[in-house]
Amino acid sequence: MKGRYGEFGGQYIPETLMNEIHRLEEAYEFYKNDPEFNRELDTLLREYAGRPSLLYYAEKMTKDLGGAKIYLKREDLNHTGSHKINNVLGQVLLAKKMGKTRVIAETGAGQHGVATATGAALLGMECEIFMGEEDTIRQALNVYRMELLGAKVHPVKSGTRTLKDAVNEAMREWTNRVDDTLYVLGSVMGPHPFPMMVRDFQSVISKEAREQILEKEGKLPSAVIACVGGGSNSMGAFYNFINDKDVKLIGCEAAGRGIDTEQHAATIAKGEVGIFHGMKSLFCQDKDGQIAPVYSISAGLDYPGIGPEHAYLNEIGRAQYVPITDDEAVDAFEYIARTEGIICAIESAHAVAYAMKIAGTMSKDDIIIICLSGRGDKDVAAIARYRGVDLYE
Amino acid sequence: MSRIQEAFQNKKAFIAFLTAGDPDFDSSVAYFKAAARAGADLIEIGIPFSDPIAEGPVIQEANIRALSNGMTLERVFELVTELRKEIQLPLVFLTYLNPVFHYGPDRFFARCKETGVDGIIIPDMPFEEKGEINDVAKKYGVDIISLIAPTSEARIRDIAKEATGFIYVVSSLGVTGVRSEIKTDLASILASIRETTDLPAAIGFGISTPEQAEKMGRIADGVIVGSAMVRIIAQYGTEAEQPLYEYVKSMKEATARAEA
Repeated sequence: MKGRYGEFGGQYIPETLMNEIHRLEEAYEFYKNDPEFNRELDTLLREYAGRPSLLYYAEKMTKDLGGAKIYLKREDLNHTGSHKINNVLGQVLLAKKMGKTRVIAETGAGQHGVATATGAALLGMECEIFMGEEDTIRQALNVYRMELLGAKVHPVKSGTRTLKDAVNEAMREWTNRVDDTLYVLGSVMGPHPFPMMVRDFQSVISKEAREQILEKEGKLPSAVIACVGGGSNSMGAFYNFINDKDVKLIGCEAAGRGIDTEQHAATIAKGEVGIFHGMKSLFCQDKDGQIAPVYSISAGLDYPGIGPEHAYLNEIGRAQYVPITDDEAVDAFEYIARTEGIICAIESAHAVAYAMKIAGTMSKDDIIIICLSGRGDKDVAAIARYRGVDLYE
Repeated sequence: MSRIQEAFQNKKAFIAFLTAGDPDFDSSVAYFKAAARAGADLIEIGIPFSDPIAEGPVIQEANIRALSNGMTLERVFELVTELRKEIQLPLVFLTYLNPVFHYGPDRFFARCKETGVDGIIIPDMPFEEKGEINDVAKKYGVDIISLIAPTSEARIRDIAKEATGFIYVVSSLGVTGVRSEIKTDLASILASIRETTDLPAAIGFGISTPEQAEKMGRIADGVIVGSAMVRIIAQYGTEAEQPLYEYVKSMKEATARAEA
């Protein structure tokens, strides 16, 4: 069924948005097969975003962990510092083709907000970003960055004042002004066609990684590991490996202070089937179906749901999802900095943490690809505070 | 004739919305009763939800007040039971889909029937996703009230054709909340609806003054007011019964003037 992944997916949005979401569907179905659109997008990805991103052999990590060979897919080296630009360039270009003059977006850590503000500046669109007030404090530098790029940033003061509330507010704003505006959703979530469209735009990650590993090693990896909030970098990293049955796909969820506490954002481990933010999927919720407040040190993973295709891959057992705590992620953040000289995003450090757990148990013939979804400049102050260093930006 | 149909019989209906349990259970029961005494023809009961994406700030805060004072779905049904001891008017829920889905649709609609809920409005369930609850709502005789928006265009006929109870016409783009001016061409939306169905249609979103109520009453079969009611609770807290009564009375009178 259209827009469904098993029972998950769908279009659960207010009537006001329905015609617009159908127009978006039609536009995307047309342009994804349009040679001119694809040429323009490809040029932007190569000339502007810096693709293809490197697949880097992390030799020191490999030796230190003493097992599987570790490769890093360096999405942190993209322009704006994360994988988010892959999707944004696609959607903003599409918006432009649809005749829109304004884009809005939610952001958690600020990576998607910065990428959207960048795409809007480049393609000459008006841009407004919704960001939980709590996150504007955690990621103050990114707020200023978005403003430098010409975007207007709205701190969202409702609910838990984090990513979930930023999505609520962006959806509200979209119902308020649909004619000239596209809501550039940042993850593989929300109503159809967003989960499919964002996956398609992000699947360049696994398309490149698969070619690169075959060229370097002459074989496929044993595992691909990526962090999962809404799930866009992981969906992008998994997608072209889904049919390679021997490649394990592992998503790392934010376990915050532990999945046995109330303070986590581990949707697969602890969530239940629900309907929210336009989709049927898994959500952290209470016994009354109220969406639960979630927590993670990582603003980008601090979301109570997960994209519907992940819920499906989990259900059919094609992908596996594991919880990683704040402590484990911070340790990994520091470890990869010292070992490989790479300061990665705290989100991506969740994936690094799981690779550190399993690499040593695997054979030297095994290969792990970690999707290093973003760079960690934005997190340095927060990590310092986590370690008790009184550092503010 | 169903209770919902009766509410529109030979008159323009005034529909009063409040969030269940706002600001607390006992006050809320008293406020719904006051609205009924003051002349409301149909009562819309909001089931509080953590993330009401179709609501503006006024009703968002009502949801928070109700939830933080311990309102649960079970308590909402208890509230309905309390109201039914006194009120014969149609009672209609406004809820987001997740609480219904999580409670279990069959169990939810069975409870609606048992406690006396006549209809349900679900702002995050468009026409295409009605399959989630359609059969079970029908099984227990609960009308699904469809929404039509200023952007619905050709969808109006499809929605109206399958509608039950009454049709909720959203007056403006955006979320719920008081508006000084309503610019949508509602007359042509109403005309499309009336070409397709005999069901009554009521206009909501943005209406707060008696003048607006009268004006909307002339276009439609009923007028829905939410945020302006909830704002009175935000202002008076547990002392809102009298001001709510007076407000509903004035709005009902204004709506009735549209019958002339």
